[in-house]
Amino acid sequence: MNAVEMRGITKRFPGIVANDQVHLSVNQGEIHALLGENGAGKSTLMNILFGLYQPDEGEIFIREKPVKITGPTKAAALGIGMVHQHFMLVEPFTVTENIILGAEPTSRGCIDRHRAEREVREISEKYGLRVDPTARIRDISVGMQQRVEILKTLYRGAEVLIFDEPTAVLSPQEIDELMEIMENLVREGKTIIFITHKLKEIMRICDTVTVIRRGKTIGSTSVKGTSEQELASMMVGREVSFSVNKQESRPGKTVLKVQSLTVKDSRGVEAVRGLDLEVRAGEIVGLAGVDGNGQSELLEAITGLRKAHAGDILLNGEAITRLQPRAIARRGVGHIPEDRQKRGLVLDFSIGENMVLQTYDQTPFAKGFLLRYPEIFRHAKRLIEDFDVRTPDEQTHARALSGGNQQKAIIAREVDRDPDLLIAAQPTRGLDVGAIEFIHRRLVEQRDKGKAVLLMSLELDEILKLSDRIAVMYGGRIAGWLNPKTTNEEEIGLLMAGGKVGEEVAQG
Amino acid sequence: MLDVMANILQTTVLYSTPLVLAAMGGLFSERSGVVNIALEGLMTIGAFTAAVATLATGNPWLGLAAAMLSGVAFAWPHAAASIRFKADQVVSGVAINFLALGTSVYLVKHLYDSGQTPTVQETLKRMPIPGLDQIPVIGPSLFNAFPTTYIALVVSILSYIVLYRTPFGMRLRAVGEHPRAAETMGVNVVRMRYTAVLISGALAALGGAGLSIAIGSEFNQNTVAGQGFIALAALIFGKWHPFGALGAASFFGFAVALALMGQFFGLTQYVSSEVLNMLPYVLTILALAGFVGRAEAPAAIGKVYETDSR
Ligand SMILES: Nc1ncnc2c1ncn2[C@@H]1O[C@H](COP(=O)(O)OP(=O)(O)OP(=O)(O)O)[C@@H](O)[C@H]1O
Ligand SMILES: [Mg+2]
Repeated sequence: MNAVEMRGITKRFPGIVANDQVHLSVNQGEIHALLGENGAGKSTLMNILFGLYQPDEGEIFIREKPVKITGPTKAAALGIGMVHQHFMLVEPFTVTENIILGAEPTSRGCIDRHRAEREVREISEKYGLRVDPTARIRDISVGMQQRVEILKTLYRGAEVLIFDEPTAVLSPQEIDELMEIMENLVREGKTIIFITHKLKEIMRICDTVTVIRRGKTIGSTSVKGTSEQELASMMVGREVSFSVNKQESRPGKTVLKVQSLTVKDSRGVEAVRGLDLEVRAGEIVGLAGVDGNGQSELLEAITGLRKAHAGDILLNGEAITRLQPRAIARRGVGHIPEDRQKRGLVLDFSIGENMVLQTYDQTPFAKGFLLRYPEIFRHAKRLIEDFDVRTPDEQTHARALSGGNQQKAIIAREVDRDPDLLIAAQPTRGLDVGAIEFIHRRLVEQRDKGKAVLLMSLELDEILKLSDRIAVMYGGRIAGWLNPKTTNEEEIGLLMAGGKVGEEVAQG
Repeated sequence: MLDVMANILQTTVLYSTPLVLAAMGGLFSERSGVVNIALEGLMTIGAFTAAVATLATGNPWLGLAAAMLSGVAFAWPHAAASIRFKADQVVSGVAINFLALGTSVYLVKHLYDSGQTPTVQETLKRMPIPGLDQIPVIGPSLFNAFPTTYIALVVSILSYIVLYRTPFGMRLRAVGEHPRAAETMGVNVVRMRYTAVLISGALAALGGAGLSIAIGSEFNQNTVAGQGFIALAALIFGKWHPFGALGAASFFGFAVALALMGQFFGLTQYVSSEVLNMLPYVLTILALAGFVGRAEAPAAIGKVYETDSR
């Protein structure tokens, strides 16, 4: 039986047809992958199924019955739950409050906090989704926020679960956990629609995969009879190479030097504890580690977004420890931030404006105190082409771009500024395989131009592929340095978990 | 000395009461994400309606009820403009302020052929709470107050309970922080905001009513005189929290009391009375200019909510 069937769905946005006669049919009890390039229209299609958007054309059937999904309430009533690509969390609220919102347990008219917390604890234990029910969203890690999102649908007991790129923000360990959860859910008769750009994940747990390209359905196939390579070319429309071509690195002078740095997190706990780190010109240093071991705080301190508690940060030999983020950016630090929506873009500005966030007051973008929009938009046009950002035009608001294209826009801006030090935090999070290939090439290109690159990633693959040296962070310190040529995932994993490894490369 | 303190306390309570009620009104609206600069106009229409209805029926309680209805009626266009028609919330609020003042002054002229209503005889009278009103200093001010003062206290506590303890309140705050998230959880953003703005109208008008049928006994165009804005400032000063707003409104009331009492107690020897009279307004400007806790504002405040965007 079909749990979900969408027939001939068309959805137009100003300047773009996001879904063009899309078909999707999902069997009861399967994990169905939805695969497609950035901006192909996956999130749009799922938002239609969840009742957030109304389709311009097409029909939807749930358990073989025609339905009109007028809103999320209707979707919930039909047993459809969705984990959104961008968090839908109320920041000042607690974990529990976010989960129960709209379906609050009460006693005598008031919210029954104790019962709510108990219920949240129960589900979170049942499915192995670790959360602190009383913590506030703004104080918890991205990974935990994602788990809260998942708990929200489970709390409502949805029958069909839509996961819109849930693994993009999870660490490898958390992804393993999630896969287990998904398998459990299916065992209980639930149906899952799973959006991901990671072909490995599809091969691992999905039954069927539907591929969309530029708003159109390309086809559906059973996962058993296909391969990663085949899926990739089906999705991009050309052959994709999974490996990175790179020469031996020729490191030069030290660009970034971090000395006994201590940084506190938002709760005042020391997240980085007396850390030393060096990145030289012409090399890519990979920063590996389990999410929450101080990587985010370290990068925030280097870029000036968070105050260093103690220690020094030197850029080209000069201290930047106490400078404003703007001054640090000016001195030649580029930053692809972890949270693209909060820190990378002004969502209600046009792409053009977003592309000059650091340079708007310099020639040629400004003359005296006036902005020169023709220049700004010409600049954006060039970047959009160079980096293949899929957008109707350069005047479109950043908000309207698909998640992956927002990411590409940020990368375009930061790489184009040609900084001495490029800090890339999860740069390919949420990108399709074609785009990843492209971004990887650009990062190596920066390196070959003699720039220093500090790459933070939770994907060991990516770290191993790109880095010239690997620093593993554990408990706020560098637990060890590894040589990507001689190490492997197991060894990194061991260091990440706080273990010791025999062979280590000396720093510097 | 005790006398002076009792006196100041009593005046503080007197002048805080309307501010507290209006601030609680503002609280509901702004917590749901709708800026409510219309508090001034809503207080005005409340003061006017209360006076007229009490004059007509001879029953001040009916006056209060009528005032609340008038507040709801005048909050409605603000809700419709800013929620349904996605107009700028500040502009819409300013329009309500003009509309309310214009309507009430015109109707007073029309009904009584004068610049003010006749004196209301049947005003709300002070209600001593037996026993408690004998406590020195605080007894006469806190426990021999106008019914509106007790109402204001109850409303503050209820506001806290409603906003922080009930599903309704949690949804309302969620809508003011992240409407899209709330919508995905099945909360009807539009209905929630409408309700909040209408509650806001009722409470602000109730605050205004106290000015014309409890503290005062007539309505003219100067009855409210900026107290709606002071209430708004108290709300911001109080960081959009019921008890914060209660405290801030009392503080503003205290400033008014100080200004008034200054003349009696010779403070004017040191500072001119004009400066003293400016005190509450200066504080208001400081608060509104954002000297305090903008960071605490509901995240989605003042933003139009569009269903079909992300
Ligand atoms: N609310 C909107 N307004 C305007 N355009 C939109 C809107 N939502 C989506 N689009 C456009 O529709 C297209 C499809 O976007 P969608 O988010 O569905 O892509 P996606 O397949 O989820 O991509 P990604 O993998 O990057 O998340 C994009 O070109 C996007 O710019
Ligand atoms: Mg998407």
